[in-house]
Amino acid sequence: MNKLAKDPINLVVAGVGGQGNVMVSLVIGNALVHEGYFVTIGETYGSSQRGGSVMSHLKISAEKQFSPLIPEGQADVVLGMEPVETLRVLKSFGNQNVITVVNPRPIHPVDFTGSGGGYPDMQSLLGQIKSLSGKTYTVNATDEALKMGNAMLANMILIGALLKSGLIPLSEDALIPVIKNMFPKAVAENTKALKAGTELVGILS
Amino acid sequence: MPNIDIDAPGSNQLFIGNEAMARGALEAGIGFASAYPGTPSSEILGSLSEIAKKRDIYVEWSVNEKVAIEAGSAASFAGIRSLVAMKMNGLNVVIDFLSTIILSGIGKKGIVVMVGDDPSAHSSSNETDSRPVAKWLDIPLVEPGDFQEAKDMMPFIYDVSEEFGTICLLRSVTRIAHARGNIKLGEIPKIKHKARFEQFLDPAAPMPTPIMCIPSPFRHMFQHMRIDKVREKFETCSFNRYVGPEKPDLLIVTAGSGWLYSQDAVNALKAEDRIGILKLGTLWPLPEKLVKSCLSRADKVLFIEETDPFLEGAVMEYAAGFSAESKRNMFYGKQTRHLNSFGELTPDAVIKAITSVLDIKYAPRDAEYMKKVGAIPQDHVMDRLLTFCPGCPHRASFWAIKDALHMDGRHGFVTGDIGCYTMALGPAGFFQTRTHQCMGAGAGLANGFGQLGRFGFDQPVVSVVGDSTFFHSIMPALVNGVHNHANFTLVILDNGATAMTGFQPHPGTELTAMGEPAAQISMENICRAIGARVEICDPFDLKNTTRTMLDLIEQEKGARVAIMRRTCELVRQKKDKKPYKMQINPDKCLGEDCGCNRLCTRIFRCPGLIWDASIGKTRIDEVICNACGVCADICPEGAITKEAVA
Repeated sequence: MNKLAKDPINLVVAGVGGQGNVMVSLVIGNALVHEGYFVTIGETYGSSQRGGSVMSHLKISAEKQFSPLIPEGQADVVLGMEPVETLRVLKSFGNQNVITVVNPRPIHPVDFTGSGGGYPDMQSLLGQIKSLSGKTYTVNATDEALKMGNAMLANMILIGALLKSGLIPLSEDALIPVIKNMFPKAVAENTKALKAGTELVGILS
Repeated sequence: MPNIDIDAPGSNQLFIGNEAMARGALEAGIGFASAYPGTPSSEILGSLSEIAKKRDIYVEWSVNEKVAIEAGSAASFAGIRSLVAMKMNGLNVVIDFLSTIILSGIGKKGIVVMVGDDPSAHSSSNETDSRPVAKWLDIPLVEPGDFQEAKDMMPFIYDVSEEFGTICLLRSVTRIAHARGNIKLGEIPKIKHKARFEQFLDPAAPMPTPIMCIPSPFRHMFQHMRIDKVREKFETCSFNRYVGPEKPDLLIVTAGSGWLYSQDAVNALKAEDRIGILKLGTLWPLPEKLVKSCLSRADKVLFIEETDPFLEGAVMEYAAGFSAESKRNMFYGKQTRHLNSFGELTPDAVIKAITSVLDIKYAPRDAEYMKKVGAIPQDHVMDRLLTFCPGCPHRASFWAIKDALHMDGRHGFVTGDIGCYTMALGPAGFFQTRTHQCMGAGAGLANGFGQLGRFGFDQPVVSVVGDSTFFHSIMPALVNGVHNHANFTLVILDNGATAMTGFQPHPGTELTAMGEPAAQISMENICRAIGARVEICDPFDLKNTTRTMLDLIEQEKGARVAIMRRTCELVRQKKDKKPYKMQINPDKCLGEDCGCNRLCTRIFRCPGLIWDASIGKTRIDEVICNACGVCADICPEGAITKEAVA
């Protein structure tokens, strides 16, 4: 465990119910606790499998246990599993320095308005995300995961990309024991996905 | 993920608060645990059930909270430490029993009720604060302020329970019970539990029998005396502490998640030298001497606590008694509207309250950034309302109920209940549900509506309940309905699990909480034995289910039952692969020209179906779709096809 440049580091994981948001925060959280850090995770849930917006707040500290919720505007890193949800989180928790890692694969909302459930224009959406972030990385995690044969691997790809963003005090190696522990039947796929994530990171221009 | 009984004392683990409490109960040497599931309390018993056999303890998902607490008390009476867990609504169910066990006292070993409150009602139908029950009934009450305390409090509170011979209450809130944090583990003692109900007839014996609550006034007085003694113990308890300067400008009095939020807020405002925090872990009886000594430190006092002004009221009530002999404090909190007595506490709310009381300027983001936030187009962050999972049988069930009620044409309606199917209040279930209260209420209401025919009432009434809810609290309502000839249809959505709270077993399922074969109770046999007509259908067979519903609705006499049986999709997909290959033929899909104007995406609204405005056709999102096949039967043009996967 190292002293952190900023303590605590506030990470928000944003997505849609059913994507595996809780799993992502558990993988990261367990690895960090294993490395000796204090981690607090707060989750919005209840909607966790039901198509609603889901986010997890992670506070990472070398010093003490923090509360499970991040105050307005205090995110340091946003891991966006879905673009609209990424923007939603930036609206409440973003600031001019926040690092954003986003998977540009949309999950369409169910049409409750009869309007067609139109999804916003992706270029405009990514433009907004970029303007509200200090640095933005896009990772085509779902496309890559489907190539690997399992859409859920997108999560491990995103975690790999997150490690490359620089702020989270974790190496790829630190995740291997957690992968072995949490996915004993799929160690090879997840390790491969993690590696792919570290290589896929591209900066939005 | 390690089990909660991992044998690694001194190691650090990432546990949710509920797991921490369960671990603490193991370290306290419990031998018996019972509960009814309810968010945010379910993982307490859930995590114990996984290790029960190995650790030689008994763990049970009881049919409801009342049976759970009575079963747990029997263990205490026979000399076994026991734990009973429930959500806040469950506490309402057990109050009758609580009101007697505080008078009778417990057995030789302790019993603790762990209640999970859900401020903001993230997954609840109400938002009540359980703490006033402790004051009302004279029950010692503790509340953990972080994850480590959630574990460490357990041995302490069992000792209190045994030392004073009283049942105790532990309250946690969503942001402790369902949040995760570091836990440093302790030792789990090796105990060979031995149960025996000792029958001492000598009234001077430590636990004289019969265990009873009469003479009540005498025992009521005795409980008051007990509480005074507990207060003495709480005065020096290490879960209560003051941190901060000797004479702060502001004293925060806090408990529960408020402890973490208060520290975060003081940290964010860099006000460590101005603000002191009195953190209480034992909330009732109030440790008055400690409170009095801290009140003398500062003029201004701010209360930070979840939901009701419980501490706020208790401290002010106590302070009123000695105000003549010392200076008066200025009290801030919910009664001064610095914080709300509804909704959950947040770090922002705490920061706002402090900055208001101390007149500190705080802006989390600069004006330029806020301008950009303000410029985000509304449609870029559209709402995502909750809906049933793709492939959920409930969507099909409510489709059939909707069609049947519509065909009947007399403006019939659904009285709802508690479970995933609560979402039928909204578009997920086509707005069919028209009443929503507590567990079992829909069937009780249907009983009443079903007697109103004599006053001209002619609307069909359909009470929709889940399988676990049926066992929890529907059976008496069905007995009442059959006995009194109430005119309603009871629909049981039997998906084979307590799905909303995490697939816990119930009396209709195959296994017990300990994973052993259970005596499966048949809902249809119960209903038929009561004397109701029972029809069973598969909601994915829409045609037959709709026809059956219509027939039942039109029976017009007595209480009758439809069981709509189909395994929860989340359970199914753990075992089986997708049953169909789903496709949409774009040549057949009429898009907005479809007779019903996009029936599939506008009305049926499964998340697996997407309206692709660019081509004016519906598409299937293969990442989301679980291939239940129901939409193929909905599409009037036959554009959606299902092909069985070999």
